[in-house]
Amino acid sequence: MSNDKIQAELDKYKASVEKAIARFPERPHLPEQRLYTPLDIKDEDYAEELSFPGVYPYTRGVQPTMYRGRFWTMRMYAGFSTAEESNKRYRMLIENGATGLSCAFDLPTQIGYDSTDPISEGEVGKVGVAIDSLADMETLFDKIDLGKVSTSMTINAPASVLLAMYIAVAEKQGVPADQLRGTIQNDILKEYAARGTYIFPPRPSMRLITNIFEYCSKYVPKWNTISISGYHIREAGSTAAQEIAFTIADGIAYCEAALKAGLHIDDFAGRLSFFWNAHNNVLEEVAKFRASRRIWAKVMKERFHAQKDKSMKLRFHTQTAGSMLTAQQPNNNIVRVALQTAAAVMGGTQSLHTNSRDEALALPTQESVTIALRTQQIVAYESGLADVIDPLAGSYYVEAMTNKIEAEAWDYIKKIDEMGGAVAAIEKGYIQKEIQDSAYKWQMDVESGARTIVGVNKFQMENEEPPKDLLKVDEAVGERQKAKVEAMKAKRDNEAVKAALADLKAACEDEKENLMPHILAAVKTYATLGEICNVMREVFGEYEAHVSL
Amino acid sequence: MEKKIRVLVAKPGLDGHDRGAKVVARALRDAGFEVIYTGLRQTPEQIAEAALQEDVNVIAMSILSGAHGHLFPKVVDLVRKEGMNDVLIIGGGVIPETDIPALKEAGIAEVFTPGTPTGDVVKFIQEHVKA
Amino acid sequence: MDIAKELLAGNRLALSRAITAIENEYDEATEIMKEIYPHTGHAYVLGITGPPGAGKSTLTDKIAKAYRSQGKTVGIIAVDPTSPFTGGAILGDRIRMNSLTLDEGVFIRSMGTRGSLGGLSHKTADAVKAMDAFGKDIIIVETVGVGQSEVDIVKAADTTVVVLIPGMGDDIQAIKAGILEIGDVFCVNKADHDGADKLVRELNMMLDLDANSMMTSDETKKALQDQFHHLSAAIMAPTTGWRPSIDKVVANQNEGIDVLLESIHKHRVHIETDGELAWRRTKRTRDEMLDILESDIGRYVKKRIVATGRIDGYVEKIKNHETDPYSVVGELLQEMLK
Repeated sequence: MSNDKIQAELDKYKASVEKAIARFPERPHLPEQRLYTPLDIKDEDYAEELSFPGVYPYTRGVQPTMYRGRFWTMRMYAGFSTAEESNKRYRMLIENGATGLSCAFDLPTQIGYDSTDPISEGEVGKVGVAIDSLADMETLFDKIDLGKVSTSMTINAPASVLLAMYIAVAEKQGVPADQLRGTIQNDILKEYAARGTYIFPPRPSMRLITNIFEYCSKYVPKWNTISISGYHIREAGSTAAQEIAFTIADGIAYCEAALKAGLHIDDFAGRLSFFWNAHNNVLEEVAKFRASRRIWAKVMKERFHAQKDKSMKLRFHTQTAGSMLTAQQPNNNIVRVALQTAAAVMGGTQSLHTNSRDEALALPTQESVTIALRTQQIVAYESGLADVIDPLAGSYYVEAMTNKIEAEAWDYIKKIDEMGGAVAAIEKGYIQKEIQDSAYKWQMDVESGARTIVGVNKFQMENEEPPKDLLKVDEAVGERQKAKVEAMKAKRDNEAVKAALADLKAACEDEKENLMPHILAAVKTYATLGEICNVMREVFGEYEAHVSL
Repeated sequence: MEKKIRVLVAKPGLDGHDRGAKVVARALRDAGFEVIYTGLRQTPEQIAEAALQEDVNVIAMSILSGAHGHLFPKVVDLVRKEGMNDVLIIGGGVIPETDIPALKEAGIAEVFTPGTPTGDVVKFIQEHVKA
Repeated sequence: MDIAKELLAGNRLALSRAITAIENEYDEATEIMKEIYPHTGHAYVLGITGPPGAGKSTLTDKIAKAYRSQGKTVGIIAVDPTSPFTGGAILGDRIRMNSLTLDEGVFIRSMGTRGSLGGLSHKTADAVKAMDAFGKDIIIVETVGVGQSEVDIVKAADTTVVVLIPGMGDDIQAIKAGILEIGDVFCVNKADHDGADKLVRELNMMLDLDANSMMTSDETKKALQDQFHHLSAAIMAPTTGWRPSIDKVVANQNEGIDVLLESIHKHRVHIETDGELAWRRTKRTRDEMLDILESDIGRYVKKRIVATGRIDGYVEKIKNHETDPYSVVGELLQEMLK
């Protein structure tokens, strides 16, 4: 059928349903059109915009084989309490066939405070494992062969220190650094914009990040040096287009910082990875994943003139949306997570963490975690969604939506460029404000009933039984960890610590110096995370949040 | 006389998830309150002192890290020690139902868990602030 | 609690309560002010203003810290706009000053503009007095320089610092908006950003133009002062014989704060030695008195004529052309002055 013919038929269709649809009230948040046709993608050039899996612009996937080669990595984020407890959990996972670990650290660790710091009170071991020094890291990976596992660490502001500890543990195990595989999140910009575990101001933070890029390109070449994260931006309330736009803008900022530091784009770009959110709206999410690959490929090719294919491929980890879990009727969350999983898989994710049903209430129980993992396995083995590559390609709606999200994201990226890039936009509070406005709009829509959340503002249950058997972290963990740190400090060579910290301080003051070797030397003396970060705080200062509500 | 309800919105502890705190802050503003927003990483001492300097009617805190059992009661103690006996202290966040009785016992007037409409928070404040 | 007595004894909660009474116009506020008034007049008052996003709160934080390191105590009043639609406000300036919260030598109070026209400057002035009587050496009033009422507030300061930043695209606009005339000291914040030198050049040019046109002999100075004495609004003549300095700072990195403090100090010395400070304070007292008088008359009118419904009777009569507004007001004034 020619386009003219389709247009004529479409007009006829519209006229025929006009009366009928007049009776149906409009619901907000729906796509502009009820129906998508070939007309909506008539300008799309297959070779240029879609092409083939593993081929630029990678809209259909970054690998040629995708899940017909092997499934995504089912990587469950875990960690709590002390290093001993978490080590037990990791070894159990590995005995059950897991080859990837994902470490969650507690908040004091994420913000570079020792468990003994007064500000850490009440937080030690709560949302992840407490790591104070190399001693804890040795315990955390005790009897785990770092030459065999790949380890993902959700660590940002002090990423350099935790990576150094990991390298030092491996060295003690006899595993050379160039054999280490894993990822550090290391994405400070989204910490300023959305997640909140920052320490230093942007300039020294960007320096630490490029120091890591440079160091790893030489000595830890298999390590993913950053996981540029939209996940938390979405959790903070952004839209799908904002999620990828702000994150890619962050990615551009990291590349620019690295280039400015004298690195070559193809030396580090292949080690950049991304981290997306899988939200409720399945088709919109699939379109978002596809659009993100296409945008990044264009950015790398056209803006940074990358030569290697690997530099242009947006590889990403996905986590289902924690903020969409409801405390009400928590079993409904199993269904939400299943749909979000479907979106991530049809969108071509490289790895996936599925949330547990009870996470709006507490840390997940073992039973809930198992259901979440089973959800991935059911999608992989039973649903058929992973049977063919990019199964929704060619859908008039999904293609049109992919184009729309891409266009919206480019508009944001241009706006941020005009402001002087992501760092400037964050310092101005622009990105934060955009996210907050979206979050507030979402909340007001839920409260007005314009947006329905099952079990929350519709289909509620009277006298819902509060769920039982929630996981409780032992409140004594803090005291135990404190005692451990004190005991460790009494044993170590304090003169060596002092000297290493003085050396680190001097290195911090010299902007040309790569800090990684100095940090590595310091962790080997068993200087604590807090001691190392305090030296850097002294030289670099601390970030002051920009808030405009 | 133009009395206005003043509310301190604070994030005690190290948790950086401030989506809820910010949404609530805006909703309270839109309800006509004066909202003093102190941002992330506030110690109980800082919160109590800010509440005193700002002479607020309400302290609203949000925690998603699980540290509520430790931090909320500490704020209550410090605020009462300062002689601010009328201040309404409320909390919100990822807080298991089973923890709520102990928090109330410690002086937290109400605990709002995920999914609470902001309108409920506004209403609770309007009904419970001592004029 | 006897708020005034406790405030004078150094009770922080009493100071806080006194400011609430002032803000909310509680009846007891007048009594408190009477009691603490004799203890005022010792603090030096600094106004900080500038467009939104200029980094005023961060600058205030750093200035306060610098004064603290000199051993001086500091009071801060941070004013943020109230939403005209909802009457609510988000007062977010404290967030830049969190590290001062636990310093016992510092007291920070956030205030909303609450849509009051003119009344705001009166209230902030009283809040300043409360902090003054409490014993603060330096009191900083920080406000967005966008509306007349906010400009009025800073004009009541002993030294006013105007903060600008490069690259806002509307540098000239901000200056046109009237900020230029009120600055005793100019501060170009974020001076590590592009365009800082250009902004300094532009400011210099405009200030030189200004200085030429306003070049004042003692005679004209006298004339100006006489002229301004008759204005009820707190319009302040620019300091005579003072060429505002322009200092570059990077507030969030604590760079240039010492130089800025030095400029503030120079201005202070200048106005103290040539009698300007005394003149400013005399004028301020005069304005305040008029302000209180006007607002009390307003309150009287509201209480006796509006709240009692008497006004409706007058309106009816005026509508029916039985009388006219001028005669009614004349009668009422007669009655009031009896």
